[in-house]
Amino acid sequence: MQDTMMKRASELLADGTVVRVLGWKNGEFVYDPTPAVFDSAEALAQDFVYHDFCGSNLSKYLIELSRLEGKTLVFLKPCDSYSLNQLLTEHRIDREKVYIIGIPCDGKLDPDTVRSSAEGILSAVTEGDSVQVETMYGNVTLNKADCLLERCTVCKSHKVVVFDEMLGENGTVNPDSNRFDMVEKLEAMTPEERYEFWRGELSRCIRCNACRNVCPACSCEQCVFDSPTSGVSQKAAADSFEENMFHIIRAFHVAGRCTDCGECSRVCPQHIPLHLLNRKFIKDINTYYGEYQAGAEAGSRAPLVNFTMDDCEPNVIYKGGSK
Amino acid sequence: MKKVSRSSLDACFAAIAASQKLYLPVADGEKKRGAKYAPWFEGAVYSTAVNTVRSAKDFFFPQVEKMTRFKMDGKQIEVEDIRKENEDFVIFGVRACDAASFAILDSVYLSDPVDSFYQNRREHGLIMTMACGKPTETCFCSVFGIDAAEPAGDISCWMTEDTVYMQANTEKGEALLASLPMLEDAADDAAEETKAAIRQVLDKLPLKDLSTDAFGGDKLMKLFDSDKWNSLSEACLACGTCTFVCPTCQCYDIRDYDTGHGIERFRCWDSCMYSDFTLCAHGNTRTTQMQRFRQRFMHKLVYYPSNNNGTFGCVGCGRCLKSCPISMNIVKVMKTLGEGNE
Repeated sequence: MQDTMMKRASELLADGTVVRVLGWKNGEFVYDPTPAVFDSAEALAQDFVYHDFCGSNLSKYLIELSRLEGKTLVFLKPCDSYSLNQLLTEHRIDREKVYIIGIPCDGKLDPDTVRSSAEGILSAVTEGDSVQVETMYGNVTLNKADCLLERCTVCKSHKVVVFDEMLGENGTVNPDSNRFDMVEKLEAMTPEERYEFWRGELSRCIRCNACRNVCPACSCEQCVFDSPTSGVSQKAAADSFEENMFHIIRAFHVAGRCTDCGECSRVCPQHIPLHLLNRKFIKDINTYYGEYQAGAEAGSRAPLVNFTMDDCEPNVIYKGGSK
Repeated sequence: MKKVSRSSLDACFAAIAASQKLYLPVADGEKKRGAKYAPWFEGAVYSTAVNTVRSAKDFFFPQVEKMTRFKMDGKQIEVEDIRKENEDFVIFGVRACDAASFAILDSVYLSDPVDSFYQNRREHGLIMTMACGKPTETCFCSVFGIDAAEPAGDISCWMTEDTVYMQANTEKGEALLASLPMLEDAADDAAEETKAAIRQVLDKLPLKDLSTDAFGGDKLMKLFDSDKWNSLSEACLACGTCTFVCPTCQCYDIRDYDTGHGIERFRCWDSCMYSDFTLCAHGNTRTTQMQRFRQRFMHKLVYYPSNNNGTFGCVGCGRCLKSCPISMNIVKVMKTLGEGNE
């Protein structure tokens, strides 16, 4: 796939369709590619990579890149394409300035998981269902299924929802992803147990803001928490309650707009399962307003910013019970 | 040198914890979460993970700390000094890189004017280091002259299949070891074999030949003006992950918190990656992410060595290599800037 992508990107650069390419650049190790912009076939040939560790979602970078002169070519995995659609819906990206090539994805690897099973990694190659890892301390074979990013273990869709062209065959939406299983477990807890669970998780936060900064739904030019004049600017919590509030407020802020791309949990250095907050909102929206997937189509009106006569009464939600 | 069998290590922990707080690395839930420092408890399992996700600087320079309290009554302001003497504590299992980071933090916080909050914690803390039995691909402490087989600290430890060797390096360390009845005497060279084995592994680390030649206080303008910063920083998310997991990042901000009954002044970690870092009345001195990104690496590789006899402000722990959301880190920066600049 990598070679096909490079070839196509070089062609589009050569014929002037695009002036730059957004992709991934080879890292120091096999598992650490960095998102990068390439402006020539030579640059692509030198550093461009695409493999199972290219998990990062490139869509958010297009907010900046689509403001530049000329078109940007971007490679989007199914997940990333939902984010892009959502950003188009919010008028954050100029569609005319972006050339999208959809690429199929059968799950990306979680470097933290691979590293925790194989110390001293020198190389890692996916072969079918397994990952062959060469380490300083010997070779290790891992099951790919055990090394996937959380979002990939419950993949909601293999379908690239917005593209100018597809490389390879497009996939389909997966209605049986089981992505709400953990949310259901949390719902089944007593309020005290649930409170303990979240206090335990959120108290681990070091307030690095990686979750917020990577989030395609968090696209404010300046976050209220970073604004010295907002009155709520925070670099750290004055008490543990505030820390919880940061994440809960953020989840509310992206409710109905979060596509469940899972980047928040991928980047958290403390491995807090932040996606569960967002999924709770997604599940509730599905329950109370009918099935809705943010980013499935550009320009759709999200239930939380729309009104229909069929909407449930607010007190139904307030009670948190069944309709 | 002293020794204790690994089966008696728990008894050793219990004995230390009986007289003071003992912290040690333990697994932090599921495997991929790695290890964290936690207070010792009955049944705690010491994690031999090569490093904790958060660094040991947290013990001396916590993320948030209250500094003073103000109470207002009309035009009267009462300032309350809430500093108090810390209690003695021991940190077990600190790696050589983190142990070396304390010297860097000391050079900032213990030089005039002395930071009394930091100083108080340092004076009450006793550091037991552990040599790295299984360094990993992200380790590059040797590049900065740190020997993972010979970690510093009040007490250095080495672990074999069945034994832990302990060597006191300070009076404080000596006194602690003397207070532990389960320790037996060992020959002074008892850990030599372990050290040799560690050095063999260190010699195979993929980053061991990372060059620092292109960096240092005398390379300021050339590095500052490099056109490579743009591409290095282009994907930076402007989060604070690298700075917060870093054992040597030492910047903080001071903020006031309105409790409703008065003001609590606290300080908290700050990150040069943040848009309001060093914000002044006139605005900000660094207005782009490239400038903020450059600041972090210039500080570690140029400004700090310039002010500290050539010592670099990095200890090669590799945490930023593991934690950066976009996998940009000091190794990539050094390799890119170093190319053709040795």
